[in-house]
Amino acid sequence: MLQLIENENIRETVNGKRVITKKPELLAPAGSLEKLKVAVHYGADAVFIGGQEFGLRSNAGNFSIEEMREGVEFAKKYGAVIYVTTNIFAHNENMAGLEEYLQAIEEVGVKGIIVADPLIIETCRRVAPKLEIHLSTQQSLSNWKAVKYWKQEGLHRVVLAREVGAEEMLKMKKEVDIEIEAFVHGAMCIAYSGRCVLSNHMTARDSNRGGCCQSCRWDYDLYEEVDGQEKALFTDGDAPFAMSPKDLKLIESIPHMIELGIDSLKVEGRMKSIHYVATVVSVYRKVIDAYCADPENFQIKKEWLEELDRCANRPTASSFFEGEPGYEQQMFGTHATKTNWDFAGLVLDYDQETQMVTLQQRNYFKPGDTVEFFGPDIESFKLEVGQIWDEKGNELEVANHPLQIIKFKCERPLFSYNMMRKENI
Amino acid sequence: MKKPELLVTPKSVDHIKSLIEAGADAFVIGEQRFGLRLAGEFSLIEVEEAARLIHESGKKVYVAVNAIFHNDRLDALENYLKELQRIGVDALIFGDPAVVVAVRELEMTIPLHWNPETIATNWFQANYWFERGAKRAFLARELSLDEVIEIKENAKPEIEVQIHGMTCMFQSKRSLLGNYFLYRDQVMEIENRKANQNMFLHDKERKNKYPIYEDLNGTHIFSPNDMCLIDELTELFEAGIDSLKFDGVLHTEDYINTVTKCYRQAIDMYFEHGVDAYEEIKDELLEKIEKIQPEIRPLDTGFIFKETVY
Repeated sequence: MLQLIENENIRETVNGKRVITKKPELLAPAGSLEKLKVAVHYGADAVFIGGQEFGLRSNAGNFSIEEMREGVEFAKKYGAVIYVTTNIFAHNENMAGLEEYLQAIEEVGVKGIIVADPLIIETCRRVAPKLEIHLSTQQSLSNWKAVKYWKQEGLHRVVLAREVGAEEMLKMKKEVDIEIEAFVHGAMCIAYSGRCVLSNHMTARDSNRGGCCQSCRWDYDLYEEVDGQEKALFTDGDAPFAMSPKDLKLIESIPHMIELGIDSLKVEGRMKSIHYVATVVSVYRKVIDAYCADPENFQIKKEWLEELDRCANRPTASSFFEGEPGYEQQMFGTHATKTNWDFAGLVLDYDQETQMVTLQQRNYFKPGDTVEFFGPDIESFKLEVGQIWDEKGNELEVANHPLQIIKFKCERPLFSYNMMRKENI
Repeated sequence: MKKPELLVTPKSVDHIKSLIEAGADAFVIGEQRFGLRLAGEFSLIEVEEAARLIHESGKKVYVAVNAIFHNDRLDALENYLKELQRIGVDALIFGDPAVVVAVRELEMTIPLHWNPETIATNWFQANYWFERGAKRAFLARELSLDEVIEIKENAKPEIEVQIHGMTCMFQSKRSLLGNYFLYRDQVMEIENRKANQNMFLHDKERKNKYPIYEDLNGTHIFSPNDMCLIDELTELFEAGIDSLKFDGVLHTEDYINTVTKCYRQAIDMYFEHGVDAYEEIKDELLEKIEKIQPEIRPLDTGFIFKETVY
């Protein structure tokens, strides 16, 4: 078990048993309305989305104001809330339209914005005062005195730099009374976020306005210059110089983070698939709930860890949370690979009497395939697919049309929004 | 019209003497514990000596405290700031808001210069930090000339822009060179090399070479070209930019001296003899710089005439 750092105010003793009274928020990414709904359904307390302007990730699916409204309404039914990322560093030309945009976000019922540029902070305070203001990780917030600065500026929450470790977080919580949000899962910047313009130099795409082309994932050759001569610092068999970080995974540190009193646990990935969002959110949900209910007897289950790995496309690491990351937290000579498991279908309906499941095809599968079902309301289980039919009752040899409606028999009950995945061999 | 300040980065106390002769108006010094990517390393004793020397010549000295601080360096920062107040430097260059808080708490009177490098991208931010004590804002090097001019037109603080030298395009807290050698099980190579400032990454696809080194603040990677605006200064002069910075990081003293002299001549020519006089000598000045430019580092004009998309 991890060495716990004491932070009072987060727990109490009920009938002689310690329980956690301050559960952190589980914050999930969503690049579309469908992903937002899945994130909420799978247990996210809050979802962050991007609008069509002022956010990083210009390639991610971004929300129109009307889609935001629908997302907010959907989340509300589950007691969840929506934040909008507006975390570019604006150039002069980006100032137009900001006021109207922030007012529209406020009007649809979004709870807060995640923001880096003081231009947007101050404008929001002036024209959309009901929105909470959360400082983005793009400000590279790394020390408690800077946290104090943003507290004095009236911010509701700060998202820490990815370089901040557990001890540092504790000190921040002790020194300043402000909500702290920290990343727990997903892809990383290897640089201090906001302090990298590799993309600007290499491809004329502005990383701080959403154009990052991920130059840090490329390979380079390392040389030194001695007396005007260039000398290679590698030989033929060596992996090239690389700075590609493994993805962050703090699932096993969640108890530690809860004890530190971190207010919001953030999953990265507005560009990621619906399968990723569902899997990651459901596993973190289980860990948070299990630990808070009974911290003394908490043990992480092997199935949870295995489940999480099913949507991973890079090796994972703990980054700065447990100390300075070494070479083993970077990828040399390898790049992202496909995940081992494909999202094969989304459950739309289940008939208890006939034991027939109706699902929407999301990837090729056929009778005889072994698939796995998972979801917030079931324990994951495997099934060998028997006969399959289309919507009209015609028997099929394969399910190979995207979004096709497929029916087949499954003896164990399923619920809408459950997912079916298939190992790719 | 007021002459802009010519701001340079000395490598040592001795170097300051030759830079004063070369015509520099102001100097950025400091140490890596508190400042980022400095051309030279100056202990507090050297800062004091440098300040005396610079003030005797009627010039200005600014100390860089623009690191991204972690908790473990905050106490040292406070002591450092007190010493700088005692020495009486002319400005503190900061990026981290922790410095603003510390300066308030210590009731310091030294002016602040806001310089967070890549994120200083619009005039609103410049004015925001002005209201919080910054007398000057240094603009991101990734801005175009039009953006720089528009910021100057709308900004309350003085505006400083880089006109020559290398620009940092990446800072990681991780030990990326050390990690690469460790991965290859070459621990000795790290001891020998990682603090050296003669390494570069070769990007074969773009045929670029990016200088890279490590220090207390992590790993730093620099632009493949040196920006050089010696023949493009007219519009910056007309816009009334307050300070022109030549960042000499990773260059030799001789190089820094020669380039400083060229900019001194350009500024004086424009402001004492008019725009035509400057236009007449600018190509000659460019040639002078080209002659001493290291082969590995081509010159360009940074983002001044380059648009970025997103």
